[in-house]
Amino acid sequence: MDLSYGAEAETFRTEVRDFLRERWQPGALRGAELKDYIRAFRLRATEAGYLYRAIPKEFGGAEQPADVVRAQVIREEFGRARAPMEITGNGMNMLVPTLLERGTPEQKALFIRQTMSGDYQWGQGYSEPGTGSDLASVRTKAELVGDEWVINGQKIWTSQGDRATHMFALVRTEPQASKHAGISYLLIDLDQPGVTRRPIKQMTGESGFFEFFFDNARSPASWLVGERGDGWNVSRTTLKHERASIGSAAGLGGQFDKLVELAQEVTRNGRPAIQDPEIRQALTRIEGYVMAHRYSSYRLFSLAASGEEGGLVQLMMKLLLTETGHEMALAAQELIGDEALIEPAPAGTRGRGPEKWLNQIMGSLGNSIAGGTTNIQRNIIAERGLGLPRDLAMEVGK
Amino acid sequence: MRFHPSEEQLAIQDAVRRTLADVWPNERLHAFVDGEADFDGESWQALMAMGLGGLLVPEDQGGAGLGLLDAAMVAEVAGQAAAAGPLAAQMIAAMIVSKSTNGAAKAHLAGIASGEQVVTLAFGGDWLPETWGATPEAGKVRFVQSAAAAHLFVLGTAGGGIALVEAGEGVAIEPVASSDRTRRLSTVTFSGAKAQQLFEPGDPFVARIFDAVLVLTAADALGGAQYCVDLSVGYAKEREQFGQPIGRFQALKHQLAQMALEVEPARALMWYAGYAHDANLPDASRAAAMAKAHIADRFVSVARAAIAAHGGIGYTWEYGLNNWFRRSLFDRAAFGSPTVHRGRAADMAGW
Repeated sequence: MDLSYGAEAETFRTEVRDFLRERWQPGALRGAELKDYIRAFRLRATEAGYLYRAIPKEFGGAEQPADVVRAQVIREEFGRARAPMEITGNGMNMLVPTLLERGTPEQKALFIRQTMSGDYQWGQGYSEPGTGSDLASVRTKAELVGDEWVINGQKIWTSQGDRATHMFALVRTEPQASKHAGISYLLIDLDQPGVTRRPIKQMTGESGFFEFFFDNARSPASWLVGERGDGWNVSRTTLKHERASIGSAAGLGGQFDKLVELAQEVTRNGRPAIQDPEIRQALTRIEGYVMAHRYSSYRLFSLAASGEEGGLVQLMMKLLLTETGHEMALAAQELIGDEALIEPAPAGTRGRGPEKWLNQIMGSLGNSIAGGTTNIQRNIIAERGLGLPRDLAMEVGK
Repeated sequence: MRFHPSEEQLAIQDAVRRTLADVWPNERLHAFVDGEADFDGESWQALMAMGLGGLLVPEDQGGAGLGLLDAAMVAEVAGQAAAAGPLAAQMIAAMIVSKSTNGAAKAHLAGIASGEQVVTLAFGGDWLPETWGATPEAGKVRFVQSAAAAHLFVLGTAGGGIALVEAGEGVAIEPVASSDRTRRLSTVTFSGAKAQQLFEPGDPFVARIFDAVLVLTAADALGGAQYCVDLSVGYAKEREQFGQPIGRFQALKHQLAQMALEVEPARALMWYAGYAHDANLPDASRAAAMAKAHIADRFVSVARAAIAAHGGIGYTWEYGLNNWFRRSLFDRAAFGSPTVHRGRAADMAGW
């Protein structure tokens, strides 16, 4: 094994570094000027082949062959230079790959460039109040009336719902068909009279999610992606291009480093908590999982670089992240002690004390729900990873 | 950049796995467990015939010239099969002697690499080099594996040195009832034994040897834990209750997923510890301690869960799962507990 990237990658790194030195000079620019500068920079970086690598040139992408090592070098160098990467979010992560694979020429022309530029921001319209883990039971209805889809129903748990201009949604278009076969993948303009959005206040007091009500909202007939009734499969089109990244483990590692800093800042029995043998045990016990997660991400990166499948461990990364996050939450709760009685001021506020960890402590609970609950993750590991028989209830429900 | 096993590494693992399936089937494991011997000659010879004794010996000294990571992958397979050993000790001993400049000790190298001379580790104290207290002249060392079969002992000497001690005169062996019946232990008393000092107390190479032992112990635990998961998953697919395989029930399915979650990500931690050692990275020693602590704990946890997942049959002597549970006791305690190594890791982090 060898964790160095190799000579070819290092040559490429020099090239990226030179590009950034020359092209990323925002200096003291602020506000609209900075925005324009960033927009121009992204265009140049795309021309150079560094951004939007999976997007064909005809839609304004760099159209580069998949190369996870190069992609990693780009992330590292842009990170080091604090240069902006691609616009992220549901649109780039989920919609654009889906359109590239399943979209019509009209849909590609209408949406890809606008999404890349950030002019269109997308909300995901999958979950409904009665539809959580059993996603194929969606009830939001779309009926074709003339050359328009008329949409009625409710979607929930849409992140960045305040900024979203559009939504890609799973809607029931074939009420007579079986559960999965009755669903279509439809694009919806959210700026119209039939759409109402409302923030959901979370247990932390913040509102990261929105719900959307559709009351005779409309979409052009041509905004349905893939075939009618094939929305379930369309929604499973995922971005494989350079998906693996070592950075995916950095979040957990960064959080652990902060936990260690917390233990250095607070006291326990009259001395820094980090000197307490119990705390040292608790921290290193958690660190075992953090390291397992980090090196598993290296493993997945390496497999992707040689074009191999990630296998069992790939199915586990989310659950491992969630469970380690829970462990850190409990350790943080122990460390902050009585400060847990103080409600933290909003993020970004100056002078927040150890009580700010309450956000992580509560947020860790969100991780066990969002993006497939922990129990669903365990089903996936057991059924897809270990080959155990599928749950009878799910067989029947299908 | 590569951080998954090479074709060659997988081929070595596969060959060791097939050899052990031949020479160390369940019946032999059971016979060994029910017997009194602390060594199994037949499986030993089969493993040694593969050249595993010289795996860590440089090619110019007649070995395979491979690294600790490769040895760890072999130890993993041995742990999975609950092999009797002392395989890890043999690989380490050959490496130690190959690095030594002591001519008299060097004369043993060919015999160690070929496996004709069986070597075991006798560290004593509280496992850590700074707690070693014996010398070839005088001292008592507890928990020595396969001592009756050993021709040579890698003795941890007072203050943290290493000596190669010959069995025979001046070496008295007293077997102890061992909880892990696949790795039988003895208390060994040294009194004027014939020996060569390989590394003086304080030689930095001693710490490296100890780290290597930790990595191989972690690898053994990883293999054992994997066995517990595989056996439980296999059983859940076959065993029927209420007219269906029990693996269909979500409660058990989730227990099995949780077991796999403990083991599979830990594999990359073991690899990193082996790689860091071979590449002499600054955090190699800490990675060895973390790998030993984390993976030994996972083995204990998964072995317990495996017995629970099996129900009654898992609790029986005949089924044999208890042998892996017992091996988890060994891997946890031997060469320092997870608590000890986590404490060391905290120290090494400068906290």
